[in-house]
Amino acid sequence: MMSETRNEAKDRSGKNLVSAARLINENGYKERMITIFTQWEVILGFLLLLVFLFFMNITPYFLDGFNLLNTTFTFTEKAIMALPMMFIIMSGDIDISVASIIALCSFAMGYASSMGADTVTLVLVGLAVGLAAGLFNGFFITKVGMPSIAVTLATQSIFRGIPQAILGDRAYTKYPASFAYFGQGYVGSGSLIPFSLVFFLVLAAVMGFVLHKTRYGRKVYAIGNAKEAARFCGVKVNRIRFINFALMGLFSGIAAVLLTSRIGSTRPNIALGYDMEVITLVVLGGVSIAGGKGNLFGVLMAVFLVGYLKYGMGLVNLSAKAMIITTGTLLIVAVLLPGFLNTAKAWRKLRQQQRAHPDAANS
Amino acid sequence: MIKFPVPGKFRQRRETSLIVLIALLLVIVTIRSPGFVSGKNIQRIVNDTSILVMVSIGQFFVILAGGIDLSVGSIIGFSGMAASMLNESNPALPAIFVLLAGVSIGMLLGAVNGFVVAFGKVPPIIVTLGSMSIFRGLTFVLSKGQWVTAHEMTESYMQLPHGNFLGVSNLIWWGVAVSVILYYFSNYTRSGRQVFALGGNRTAAKFVGINERKITMMIFTISGLVSGLAGVMWTARYAAAVNETATGFELQTVAACVIGGVSIAGGSGAVPGVILGALFIGIINNALPVVNLSPFYQLLIQGTIVLFAMLINTVSEKRREKKLLEERLA
Repeated sequence: MMSETRNEAKDRSGKNLVSAARLINENGYKERMITIFTQWEVILGFLLLLVFLFFMNITPYFLDGFNLLNTTFTFTEKAIMALPMMFIIMSGDIDISVASIIALCSFAMGYASSMGADTVTLVLVGLAVGLAAGLFNGFFITKVGMPSIAVTLATQSIFRGIPQAILGDRAYTKYPASFAYFGQGYVGSGSLIPFSLVFFLVLAAVMGFVLHKTRYGRKVYAIGNAKEAARFCGVKVNRIRFINFALMGLFSGIAAVLLTSRIGSTRPNIALGYDMEVITLVVLGGVSIAGGKGNLFGVLMAVFLVGYLKYGMGLVNLSAKAMIITTGTLLIVAVLLPGFLNTAKAWRKLRQQQRAHPDAANS
Repeated sequence: MIKFPVPGKFRQRRETSLIVLIALLLVIVTIRSPGFVSGKNIQRIVNDTSILVMVSIGQFFVILAGGIDLSVGSIIGFSGMAASMLNESNPALPAIFVLLAGVSIGMLLGAVNGFVVAFGKVPPIIVTLGSMSIFRGLTFVLSKGQWVTAHEMTESYMQLPHGNFLGVSNLIWWGVAVSVILYYFSNYTRSGRQVFALGGNRTAAKFVGINERKITMMIFTISGLVSGLAGVMWTARYAAAVNETATGFELQTVAACVIGGVSIAGGSGAVPGVILGALFIGIINNALPVVNLSPFYQLLIQGTIVLFAMLINTVSEKRREKKLLEERLA
């Protein structure tokens, strides 16, 4: 099982920097398989496959192109919000006000619509209010220097409090007919591809490019790994965090446009509980809550995993409450699992080392 | 010689300013409605606020250690529902046992939170964000969506908060008891002081031998315990156990702490401040109808107050740090 030549080479090049007792063969077929299959994205992929296989077996309606595409309507809003949330969590912050930003944007659009605004104005109002809310959060977090959890906990009430104070138990339900396209329309005539899905994929590509291919993205990783070190390296930490929260606001505005357009009404309790679901998507996607780890692909996998899991559960008549329990559990399991995996791997490695060099281990 | 600011003195400042603020608030409301500051009405407000006081003190310990417990509302909902259903199915069971069952369930749920935080090394905000949904969902599963209403509860169960002792309602006594015990715990016991140490400087606390896991388990269990008690009190007081009991209550408890001068970063704060913070919120909630504002304004007002309170906390903390630094340099 051990390949002697490799270990010797390691010894020569390493010039005995590493004790021989710590060298084990990590190049074997089995080891490589373990490395691949304990990768978070691969695990998520398997889970997605499992969800498909499971629901295909118990209901014939699951594997239906029309259904599979149409059900994306129900999760693209959250998926869009997960994109900037990824940046925020990766740089060690959190935003639990996003659902309330949606409520505020939706309220603003409803108000504008009741004043007779056209579709273009409505969209602009939604985006502007979202951006303003994000800037508001960003200001208190980076300029005043309050913890993000504290600020967004307060703005969670403030942003939802405004529509609640003004609307009370009423609702805005009058929107222009063309406004319905964003949340209900399909790309091109006669196609089955929802506009919101395509829009999400475009945004995901853009955000993925920013995260993985630009300096901005690298700086986000740097901040997440070591905030102080990044600052000493000349990264303008607070400016990047500020932009993150502004982006979060803007994307929540986009989500508000899609959601309001989809359900065609605005109540103060719109999007209640979305914060938890968006954070779940990001954390389940392998973004470390301690910061500095994760990638777009994992989050995409998580989006479709949770989306289709819920769709399947809905098909077999499981209640909304069962789904809430599932998302809550997924959130906790997703943060627990990487730790367990790492511990298990470390134990395995230690055992192998002890087995390979019993003398060194005993001395 | 380095002079450190006396924590007690700083604390007193927050508490005196809160008392002044509360007095001011009462004066303003009294101008609008002269009957507001009568003995009977004050007792009604304190009665209304007792549950908030209890749960806020539980929340205080979690925040003190640098965490946050977003699941308190759901724990109240679940333990209240469980206790009410126990009462409904076993009317012969003495109310005190139902109370004990509710408290134990709350404790258990809190301990689950604590276990995951302490042993899974997961940030409290994530764990309790998840368990908030899980416990709320479990409440629906337990009740199958049904309510427990007044005529299904026994008289002795409803007397738990409603009864009187020395002319003061039992609910207030419960609040006082929890406050006194937890005040004693925070200031005069070893474990209580260890929570301060852990929140003040986690690394240093671990180096002096404080058992981080034990303390984490303990504070979440305490938070669950008072939430369990609050659940029983809540359902018995309103004579109804609904599935949405105490939704969003976690915000009010955090608000009470923040208004009471507890640093959200952990390590500083005190029980008396939290009690005053909770009373402040209680007075505002009760004053809204008096000044002709619809209850729909509650959320907005609370959020704004929390933001301002935190702003004041942050600015004064920074000023204190700066002063400390200057003194050291001098």
